[in-house]
Amino acid sequence: MSDSTDTGPVLAADGSPLKQSLARALRREKMRALALIAPLLLFVVLTFIIPILSMLFRSVENQIVSDTMPGTVAAIQDWEAGTGEAPDELVFQHLFIDLFNASEAKEHTKLGTRLNYEQTGLSSLFRTSGRRLDDIGETYQDPLEEIDPAFEEADFWYSMMNGEGGEGLLEERRDMWNAQIGGGMDGDVGFVPSSAMIDMLPWTTTAYTDWAIWAAIEDEDVVAEEEPWEAVYGALGMDLRNPETAAAIAAYDGPGAEQLQAAVANMDQLPQIGFREAFAEMDEDWLDPEVWDTIAVYSPRFTSGYFLTAVDLKLSAEGVTAQPEDRQLYIKLFNRTLFMSLVITGSCILLGYPVAWLLANLPLRTANVLMILVLLPFWTSLLVRTSAWKVLLQQQGVINEILVWLGFVDDANRLILMNNQTGTIIAMTHILLPFMILPLYSVMKTIDPSYLRAAKSLGATNFVAFWRVYFPQSVPGIGAGSILVFILSIGYYITPEIVGGTDGVFISNRIAYHISSSLNWGLAAALGSILLVVVLVLYWLYDRIVGIDNVKLGG
Amino acid sequence: MKLLKTLTATTALCAAGSMAGAQDMADDVTMVSWGGAYQQSQINAYAEPYMEMNPEVSITWDESSNEAVAKLRAMNEAGNITWDLVDVVAADALRLCDEGLAMEVDHDELLAPAPDGTDASDDFGDLIVSDCFIPQIVYSTTFGYRTDMVPEGVDAPDDICDVFDTETYPGMRSLEQRPINNMEWALLCDGVAKEDVYDVLATDEGQDQALAKLDTIKDSVIWWSAGADTPQLLADGEVFMGSTYNGRLFSAIVEQNQPIGMMWDAQVFDLDGWIIPTGLSDERLARVEDFLYFATDTQRLADQAKYISYGPARASSAPLVSTHAELGIEMAPHMPTDPENSKNTFLYNYEFWADYRDDIDAKFQAWLAQ
Repeated sequence: MSDSTDTGPVLAADGSPLKQSLARALRREKMRALALIAPLLLFVVLTFIIPILSMLFRSVENQIVSDTMPGTVAAIQDWEAGTGEAPDELVFQHLFIDLFNASEAKEHTKLGTRLNYEQTGLSSLFRTSGRRLDDIGETYQDPLEEIDPAFEEADFWYSMMNGEGGEGLLEERRDMWNAQIGGGMDGDVGFVPSSAMIDMLPWTTTAYTDWAIWAAIEDEDVVAEEEPWEAVYGALGMDLRNPETAAAIAAYDGPGAEQLQAAVANMDQLPQIGFREAFAEMDEDWLDPEVWDTIAVYSPRFTSGYFLTAVDLKLSAEGVTAQPEDRQLYIKLFNRTLFMSLVITGSCILLGYPVAWLLANLPLRTANVLMILVLLPFWTSLLVRTSAWKVLLQQQGVINEILVWLGFVDDANRLILMNNQTGTIIAMTHILLPFMILPLYSVMKTIDPSYLRAAKSLGATNFVAFWRVYFPQSVPGIGAGSILVFILSIGYYITPEIVGGTDGVFISNRIAYHISSSLNWGLAAALGSILLVVVLVLYWLYDRIVGIDNVKLGG
Repeated sequence: MKLLKTLTATTALCAAGSMAGAQDMADDVTMVSWGGAYQQSQINAYAEPYMEMNPEVSITWDESSNEAVAKLRAMNEAGNITWDLVDVVAADALRLCDEGLAMEVDHDELLAPAPDGTDASDDFGDLIVSDCFIPQIVYSTTFGYRTDMVPEGVDAPDDICDVFDTETYPGMRSLEQRPINNMEWALLCDGVAKEDVYDVLATDEGQDQALAKLDTIKDSVIWWSAGADTPQLLADGEVFMGSTYNGRLFSAIVEQNQPIGMMWDAQVFDLDGWIIPTGLSDERLARVEDFLYFATDTQRLADQAKYISYGPARASSAPLVSTHAELGIEMAPHMPTDPENSKNTFLYNYEFWADYRDDIDAKFQAWLAQ
């Protein structure tokens, strides 16, 4: 029926147009429905969607490198990875400033741990270097204070550095700290770098600003009353070595001019080596081009490195390469997980089908007893059932003892039923069996026995009647049970861990290892994401081949 | 299994609540340890005495030490640290320190001096392997074997290389499912001198050499991941010999009377101790510091050895080690540090494994999966 007629819109009882009134009622209905599912929706979003999204994010996220060493990462862009040569002085100057800040904030060890996943030895390289950066700074600080004692006075530094026009630098460095330690560096510093100093002594002003922000906000000191940390002296050394700076200082007549000119005049007292050499003296690994390849390759804020590792590839200066053969593991584990899950699903079908048939066809009283037998283990703790299998399966265990006693097996050649794939398959088949039996049972319950009788009365043999009439009707149950069992077993962890030994463990055991032992959460997230995608793809394939409409959990 | 054991001094708690406020110390403390006999030794030796002295305190125990690093990191990311004091092995303390999850402490300021006035840092000596780590005990990973399964006419195994000798000593072995310790033992038995082990292990060839040696017994190995596995496997006769923590073997031998012998040869010393998580409030920190001062003094650490056969971490505690609290036997001969037991020992190389752990573990797991 059309709602617009010559007589105008149809009106509801209250006089408003019927269309509007209907829409309002419908909207109210929808809101009520939404309110009803809101708790569940919120729960699913909080406990399922958000964790999955954060896992996906973690598997590519790599901000720690550029957050901890922003200057170095920017400077290294001009250096060519894979040339077999460590970068030049400029990169090491940035490295000194970055690493000094990071070690004050105790972030350098985190970075070392992160990079150690990619290259062995970086953990201790960063840890020990962080401790010794003060010494490099002191090689400049001591002679400078010798040249003029004013260099150790807070006043001197503050009057020279403080000024106006440097708000940009201040905010830039504040952002650097915020990125480095994850925020909390806002507030009044009580210091603004002078723009004249930024032009004349760029390194020193940057290092002093870094220190001033840290001192004012993290240590809650007054900038004007404290002597800066060693990095500032090292930075002054960098500036003084620049010939243009020396000329600018000669022409300079602001605060501290006398001392700076004295420093320029006594350059021979300052260390004669650059920061590149100073780092090399501290640890010769800093000149190892491989170390810099790793830093360069992992400097972007997002990386595909974890995913590549998860499929036995490697991100290196030469691009994507295969892992050396003695480190290839994950593809094998994925294949094994899929294969064994299939075997477990298959054996669940074989064992569960007859039981479900019995349950559906026995008289109610007997069927109930049988049902309890199925459900009782289902209600028992997973850990208890798995441990019980351990007692049964081990070489001195119940099964072997009985076989030896019966004479089927020689005492010296007891069966190895555990700590291998056999153990995992046996225990997991038992544990997941109810997930196969219950959907099968609920589907078989709905198959009318008169179909079978009709088939037989039309001359079918028992087998033909079963195969052509009964079985096709029970397929939706098999489908539902298989999906349940397969997806559950693909992510199984505790049972393979206990009875799987080394060749019966799944990919999830590796994920657990990376979460709780190696702390390589990025790799764990990448492995988990791949597992998720594999399950979704298999589900899609299943839908294409069997059709998800053919899956029934009951009725 | 008890997941959580809560000890509460309930009535005293309310009465003393207001009094404690004046000292600005939190009264509810959550401590994290390993559960089992080890945690019990801590409760007996210092938690209960401390609560007797401070009836307002209640201690909640969380048995999460084996996953403390991951959990602390998760707590830190969530910005809610619920633990006050965490018992971890030294390698984990190092990592927590690196990650900024454990607090750096001044050992001399925080901990009691020895009775003769020696500073705490000198009393603990080299065992302070990290600025965040407050050592409690020295334990060792060593081998135990079934005395009744030693073949006739053969001496009981007393050499680490007997583990690799499946001809003389047939039967299964249990080894920990990680490269640490196993790689060192393999190299030692493949002709590498003790002082060169880590230099060799740092090279690809050395790692291959160690794996090749392990390959010779791979078919006879059951790999364990929990400390209780080897004692169970030995008790069931599933394996002939296996590695585990010496305290576990001690309780199997002495407390459960299993026919198990200790090998001690090439035992690997490791340390266990406390760390304080970063980010505690002042009141909680004050309580933790007060507890630590008491719980790590010379007498308390010596007391702990009455309940478990791990060596106290303080040099000054060693002479005070006495007899087992219930069985009355002398504890000294069961200590890994006893001269008779420590003729040939190895010290876990923290720096080496901090660097090589990820790399060698990848190779080791790939080798296991072959």
